Amino acid sequence: MRIRCPYCGERGLEEFTYRGDATVTRPETLDQTAEAAWVDYVYLRDNPAGPHREHWYHGAGCHAWLVVTRDVRTHEILGVELAGGPA
Amino acid sequence: MSNITPQTSQNDAMRYSALSILANGLRGNRGWTPAWREPEPKAEYDVVVVGAGHGLATAYYLAKEYGLRNIAVIERSYLGSGNIGRNTTIVRSNYLLPGNVPFYELSMKLWEGLEQDLNYNAMVSQRGVINLFHSDPQRDAYARRGNAMRLHGIDAELLDVEAMRAMAPMLDFDNARFPIKGGLLQRRGGTVRHDAVVWGYGRAADARGVDIVQNCEVTGITVEAGRAVGVETNRGPIRAKKVALAVAGNSSQVAAMAGLRLPIETHVLQAFVTEGIKPFLDHVVTFGAGHFYVSQSDKGGLVFGGDLDGYNSYAQRGNLPVVEDVCEGGMALMPAIGRLRLLRSWGGLMDMSMDGSPIIDRTPVQGLYLNAGWCYGGFKATPASGLCFAHLIARDEPHPVATAYRLDRFASGRVIDEKGMGAQPNLH
Ligand SMILES: Cc1cc2nc3c(=O)[nH]c(=O)nc-3n(C[C@H](O)[C@H](O)[C@H](O)COP(=O)(O)OP(=O)(O)OC[C@H]3O[C@@H](n4cnc5c(N)ncnc54)[C@H](O)[C@@H]3O)c2cc1C
Ligand SMILES: [Zn+2]
Repeated sequence: MRIRCPYCGERGLEEFTYRGDATVTRPETLDQTAEAAWVDYVYLRDNPAGPHREHWYHGAGCHAWLVVTRDVRTHEILGVELAGGPA
Repeated sequence: MSNITPQTSQNDAMRYSALSILANGLRGNRGWTPAWREPEPKAEYDVVVVGAGHGLATAYYLAKEYGLRNIAVIERSYLGSGNIGRNTTIVRSNYLLPGNVPFYELSMKLWEGLEQDLNYNAMVSQRGVINLFHSDPQRDAYARRGNAMRLHGIDAELLDVEAMRAMAPMLDFDNARFPIKGGLLQRRGGTVRHDAVVWGYGRAADARGVDIVQNCEVTGITVEAGRAVGVETNRGPIRAKKVALAVAGNSSQVAAMAGLRLPIETHVLQAFVTEGIKPFLDHVVTFGAGHFYVSQSDKGGLVFGGDLDGYNSYAQRGNLPVVEDVCEGGMALMPAIGRLRLLRSWGGLMDMSMDGSPIIDRTPVQGLYLNAGWCYGGFKATPASGLCFAHLIARDEPHPVATAYRLDRFASGRVIDEKGMGAQPNLH
């Protein structure tokens, strides 16, 4: 598997660290009413067998966080974006 | 001699014994009959178990211990195609946390009596499992684990480096970076031939009337008024009073058919086997300073593996960086294996749960039961998982040793996190 980093170009998998599902969002608030939303965010995953949007960190390169769209049945990379806009 | 009537009915299925091998050998081995039937699925069962790994053990204990008769195991591929036939065959009960210890020890005890129970040679080999330590803090951690085990009546021995040298002289003890300081040994741990476990449970379940339906994929779960009443398959619908899922690797996919979202990610774990060599390694050994563990199969190959690749995957194959990492670990631990040729490598789909521990529980859907989240350690659990899941299905209450494996523990905060890694599945 090779990932095309927007800054560094196509690089080997061993330069990157995986964080996980990029589609879950952290609840805005810490108060009790958001408990279910927190359980959802921390623990529950769609875990699709198909295209998956996921966070990768280019630790041995530019240190950018990336959102990679990858078909997890084949490991084919369908797209790469910067996670939070330009770092 | 030529007049042997083939035995077809399950009831007069032959008992395997040294005598039956001898007698069949003398008759040119023409008297053997298939070990299980290949029935067409019936229209309705009392229990439909989906997945023929832990599912086979579940069906067997449902019939044997809980007296159920009308049971099917539905498998989308052939018996043993899942992780029950892809693992590195290690069994042990060297856990630390109270939620896990009694469960895995029950499994260990079931392994010890399995071959007599199933009348099947599963090559249960209690050759000992050794976890090496390489530093004083790691020794302390293993001493603590060993003490926890002994408090539960499980065997554990803390070995010093001299004892280790006597047991496994080929290890690189004086490695400049990771010298071996000793190991935690569970003598009752070891290996069991994985395929034989599938075949043994399959044959024994079939003999008790369980229908094993291969090449039958569940494509939907039929829910009526909040209750699971059957499954849709590529061979037609099957009604069931209870539906039990044991589809590790695909749990999220199948549970989603009933509208459930699970605390699970699917990851790939690779394993490797070398060409066969003469007896070299007597025990199962795990490297404490890198991701590498190894044992020698009875055929002579070194069977070894390491860490997950670390990313979500349903591909049943991994990537090269982990191959390199595992082999480097092997070279750091036992440089003598450097010239061995690799025979095969493969990967399996891991149901990685958010705390690294399994789930055996009812679900919010009535009549739908879940056995999932086995991570990379569910082979050793096969007997206890089957028994506890059967108990849950038959009695509608958890087996006493599996009460901690609840689906709602993530919401309630009662997670069972052996490694203390948090909700990051690729780190468990
Ligand atoms: C490389 C590797 C090494 C391992 N080493 C060890 C080890 O040394 N010790 C240990 O204890 N554990 C080990 N494990 C882990 C262990 O193999 C698993 O945790 C365990 O086998 C899971 O059991 P299971 O019955 O849930 O899964 P499986 O045996 O995979 O059974 C699930 C079955 O469900 C079927 N299925 C899926 N979807 C459907 C559907 N829609 N319809 C019908 N059927 C379906 C699958 O085809 C499969 O046969 C290892 C795993 C791997 C991959
Ligand atoms: Zn980069």
